[in-house]
Amino acid sequence: MTALTTHVLAFQVGWGTTLAIKTLIVLALVPLAALILGYVFLLKMMSHMQSRLGPMDPGGFHGWFQLIGDGIKFMQKEDVFPSEADRRVFALAPVVVVMSTFLIFVVIPGGPRIAVARQGSASAPFGMDVGVFYALAVSSLSVIGVLMAGWASANKYALLGALRAAAQLIAYELPLVLAVVGVVVQAGTMSLQGIVLWQQSGHIFGWSGVGFPLILTQFVGFALFMVAAQAELTQPPFDMPVAESELVAGYMVEYTGFRFLFFFIGEFGTAFAFAALAATLFLGGWAVPWVHGSAADVLGPIVLFTKIMAVAFLMFWARFTYPRFREDQLQALAWKWLIPIALANILVTGILKVAF
Amino acid sequence: MILSLGPQHPATHGTLRLVVRLDGERVIAADPIIGYMHRGYEKLTEYRTYPQITTLINRIDWLSSFANEVPFIHAAERLMGIEAPPRSEWIRTILTELSRISTFLLFLGEMGLQVGAITPAFYGFRDREYVLNLIEAVTGGRFHPNFNRIGGIKDDLPWGWIADCRTTMRKVFESCDTFDNLVLQNPIFEQRTRSIGIIPPELGAAYGVSGSNLRASGVDWDLRRDGKPYLAYRELDWKVWTHPDGDSFARYWVRLQETRESARMVLQLLDGLPSGPLMAKVPRIIKVPEGEVWVNTENPLGEMGYYVVSKGATGPFRVKIRSASFSNVSILPWLLKGVYVPDIVTILAGLYFILGDIDR
Repeated sequence: MTALTTHVLAFQVGWGTTLAIKTLIVLALVPLAALILGYVFLLKMMSHMQSRLGPMDPGGFHGWFQLIGDGIKFMQKEDVFPSEADRRVFALAPVVVVMSTFLIFVVIPGGPRIAVARQGSASAPFGMDVGVFYALAVSSLSVIGVLMAGWASANKYALLGALRAAAQLIAYELPLVLAVVGVVVQAGTMSLQGIVLWQQSGHIFGWSGVGFPLILTQFVGFALFMVAAQAELTQPPFDMPVAESELVAGYMVEYTGFRFLFFFIGEFGTAFAFAALAATLFLGGWAVPWVHGSAADVLGPIVLFTKIMAVAFLMFWARFTYPRFREDQLQALAWKWLIPIALANILVTGILKVAF
Repeated sequence: MILSLGPQHPATHGTLRLVVRLDGERVIAADPIIGYMHRGYEKLTEYRTYPQITTLINRIDWLSSFANEVPFIHAAERLMGIEAPPRSEWIRTILTELSRISTFLLFLGEMGLQVGAITPAFYGFRDREYVLNLIEAVTGGRFHPNFNRIGGIKDDLPWGWIADCRTTMRKVFESCDTFDNLVLQNPIFEQRTRSIGIIPPELGAAYGVSGSNLRASGVDWDLRRDGKPYLAYRELDWKVWTHPDGDSFARYWVRLQETRESARMVLQLLDGLPSGPLMAKVPRIIKVPEGEVWVNTENPLGEMGYYVVSKGATGPFRVKIRSASFSNVSILPWLLKGVYVPDIVTILAGLYFILGDIDR
């Protein structure tokens, strides 16, 4: 195993080939992540929670065929453009939304030596230096796609949805960033890899067995991050932009078939990415206690995946349980509660950091 | 911006069209347009004989169809001077209350859905199924029982049904507790529905709002207690629930309490079920003597009444139907002025109407 990983890692190719391989990996990873979340949570967990029979039936055992069937259904659907639509913008919007998801995946480290972006600092060579900053920046690109979709659809529901989405995504960008600042202050680095390594090498009251997952001190930040991420994903209780019962599907109301599937992949892929960010920032990422070196290369991704699924479970649990906020209540929550709490959290973290 | 909600919109439970004039997300004026599924029931009844009419009118409010049959059958019986035997009246009461429970269970889930939570809707549909199973076991129909006959009912309760019904009522209490925990006590639900769509009691009464919607405005008025005595309600020990607020939250609260109350009533009815015949003596060919009668009852959605005019033929000369939903939503344009777009949905869901009951 050791020989194999060393061999693979020592394999030298030109930057063009490397880029192509990496792009392919990320391209495969995003739909895969979306499918996994869609299958595990949207179909199976939801069916159990809501006593739904439909998604448990097709194909026999536990409804394994449901997702494939859904895929086939989406492929078959007619590709409809509204007659008044701005065709080019309309077609491009889902791509922009999915693109922001792709870009987040670039910086998430899957193991000590597994990361798409490899130009790091000396202490954490695998992973981008400003990974946290980059991830949060590209995650907000989806606003543009959403606005494009809503405006180009030439549909009043879509327009309302897009405007709501824009207001919401901008409002919740701030608590999302501020919630992470505590982590950055404590770990002293903006590199995601560096934050994982910091958590791995830490100790709890002198005991260094499991490292120091930052949720122990940054639990406020974690809670804020989860709430803000939920809002960024436009999931209940913050799904005002897609509100099925009033705007039917908001900015994606005019999208059919594969273009709709793109939004779906974007939503679930981003859910996976945010869960990965939460797992990396607060739960120790790929770090496995007592495991270092090559073994961590293998176990790391598995551990990270488990943590991601645990975080995603929380997200989807809230999604299936809560009703939806109204637009003004949602803004009030962001500006009156989340941001002041986040600022207070940064202040307290800073004081404690200096004091100890 | 003028936004046309419907006629195919998930929030309207049917083909209601709301033309809403918006300033941003605030509603300036709302104009309901109805009649998309007008089926001409009042006219159709003139071409039917009395026993045939129950098959028509139980489709008016299709979610509580049995309750629709009762006032019409009572009207016919009153015109003919027939009194149904007590056992049939009690079974009618049981079935009416069961259809009330099934309708309200759907409402309790549906309201959650309109506010944005998906899960309660599925619980609502699932629990309603248990009650529909009971109705099906007695009448053979899940949606359209057509079980009433002039002078009584078609069949007796099947063997073992009473025990089943008791079990199901326990499930109803459980699901009411679930809705209480999952929806009513949810802080977001409270924020979304408190002081939204307030109907002042006087204005509500002036618009003809009735049933749970009016009781949620604090008006202590229930035809089962205050109207002409009908069915077996006088012999039961029960309570009329009211809520002083008159908003969407109050309407949910009142319906939740009424579901529990109905289940309690069904249990009492099962305990005291009298024995005896199911049908009174009725002539083979039903001809109703000349006369006219107005019968109104407390249906799940509110007051429903039939004004039946007979000229002595086998069918009525004229029937005027007063349905609950039509009056309940007549207040919509007043109610929707000045609210936000998301509130339209909660108000519509809270009023709880069936489009068939509006359009007839």
